[in-house]
Amino acid sequence: MIGTPGLYGANQREFPGRLFIVEGIDGSGKSTQLTLLAQWLRGQGYPVVFSEWNSSLIVKATTSRAKRRHLLTPLAFSLIHATDFSDRVEREIVPSLKAGAIVLADRYVYTAFARDVVRGVDPRWVRSLYRFAAAPTRAFYFRVPLEVALRRILSGRPKLKYYEAGMDLGLHPDPSESYRLFQARILAQYETLVGEYGLSVMDATEPVEVQQRRLRREILPLLSGLKGSGETHATV
Amino acid sequence: MRPFENYGVPIPGMDPAELTGWLVVVEGTDGVGRTTHVNHLRTHLERQGYAVAETGLTRSDLASRGIRRAKQGNTLGSNAYNLFYATDFADRLERQIIPALRAGFVMLTDRYVYSLIARAIVRGAEPDWIKQVYSFSLQPDAVLYLRITVPDLVPRIVANGGFDYWESGMDLPMGEDIYDSFIRYQARVIEQLDGLAREYDFETIDATRPEEGIAEELASRVSRLLETGGRRGRA
Repeated sequence: MIGTPGLYGANQREFPGRLFIVEGIDGSGKSTQLTLLAQWLRGQGYPVVFSEWNSSLIVKATTSRAKRRHLLTPLAFSLIHATDFSDRVEREIVPSLKAGAIVLADRYVYTAFARDVVRGVDPRWVRSLYRFAAAPTRAFYFRVPLEVALRRILSGRPKLKYYEAGMDLGLHPDPSESYRLFQARILAQYETLVGEYGLSVMDATEPVEVQQRRLRREILPLLSGLKGSGETHATV
Repeated sequence: MRPFENYGVPIPGMDPAELTGWLVVVEGTDGVGRTTHVNHLRTHLERQGYAVAETGLTRSDLASRGIRRAKQGNTLGSNAYNLFYATDFADRLERQIIPALRAGFVMLTDRYVYSLIARAIVRGAEPDWIKQVYSFSLQPDAVLYLRITVPDLVPRIVANGGFDYWESGMDLPMGEDIYDSFIRYQARVIEQLDGLAREYDFETIDATRPEEGIAEELASRVSRLLETGGRRGRA
C-alpha cells in the first residue's frame, strides 16, 4: 500500500517548551520520580503540565467500556490508545510546548511500542502509527529487575485487571502468573527501545532520593533559556 | 484462488488461508447512493444463493458510541478523529468482516478504508502516514466506485434532507455557509477518491445515471467476479 513508512522520530518540529518522559514497567517507581520532579520544577517557578497515558476524557469512556467487556483485539487495543494519545498531543502536549511550558509525561509512545509488539502487532507498523508524536527533550527509562518490580506490585495483592495482566494473550489462566509472563516480555521490549531511541537509563533500584537527585542533575542543563514565572534559577 | 492479502502488515493471529468468502466494497462520496445499491446487491446475490453479510462505517460495537459522542461536541482533535475511525474499522474488520469471510460469506461493505483515507487527507493527514495506518486492511476482491461530480451530487443532497454538518466539512475552515463548504469539501473528497481509484485499481461506475442502470451494472460485475475469481483468480 505504501512506500517507505515514516517512523516515529521523523519530521520533528522544534517548540519553545520542554518535554520530559518517564518510562518503565509497572513498579519501576517512575511515577513517583515524575511527581517529585514536578514539585521541584514548580518550586523553581516553571510552568509545568502533566500528561498521563490513557487520559483523554472522550476516548477514555470507550476504552474503559471496551476493557471491562474484553472487546479489544491487539490492533484495536493499539489504535484506541493511539487515538487517546493523539487527542492529548493535539490538545494538550503541543499547545503547552508552544506556550513554553515543561510537559511531563508519565509513559509515552514507548509504552505502546513495548506493549503492542508483545501483543503481536507489527513493530514497524506501530512505530509508524505514532509518527505524529512530538519528540521528547529527553526520555528516562527506569530500569528495574523483573522480580523487584513484581514484588512492589504484587505484594499488595492487587486485583489485576484483564488487560493489565495481559490475560488477552492467553499466557496463563492465573492472573498473577499471566502478569509475570507479560511483564517479562514487556521488559525485554523496553531493553531494545533503550538503544533504538537513546532513552536515558535510570537505575530504579536505588533509593528514591538518589534517583531524584540524578534526574534533576540531568534535566537542569536542558532548561537553559527556558522562561520561569519568577526570578529564581533552578538548582539541584 | 489465491488467499487474501493485506496491504503490507499482517493482522495478529489471522491466517488468510482460512478465509473462504468474498470481500466486495462499494465506495463513493456522501449521498451518492451507496446504501441503496448495497441493498440491491444483497438481494441479487441472495437470489443466486450466496450468503451475504454487510457492514459500513462507524458500525462497530467498540467505537461507534464514542465517535457519536465526540461528534456531538466536536471535542476531539482532528487527528484523533482519524484514529478513532481507524479503531472502529479495525474492530469491524476483525469482529465482523473476517468472521464472515471465514464462514464463506460475501461481505458487502458500504465504504472501506479508502473513504477514511480520503477524509483524513482532506482534513490534513499526511497521505503516506494514513495509508500506512490502514496497511493491516485486507485487499478486497473488488472496489466498486460510484463516481459522481459535485454538480450532480447537489440536487440529490437537497432532495434527501439537505446538508449535513460533517458531510459538508463544516469542522474545517472552508467557509461559514454550509452550501459553499459542502461544494468545496466534497470536491476535495472526490478528488482524493479519484486518486485512490487509480492507485488501488477501483472499478469506476458512472453514478450520474438512473438507479436501475447502476444496479444492473453492479450486479453483473459482482456476478462475474464470483464466477472468475477476480484478482485472486487471475494467474
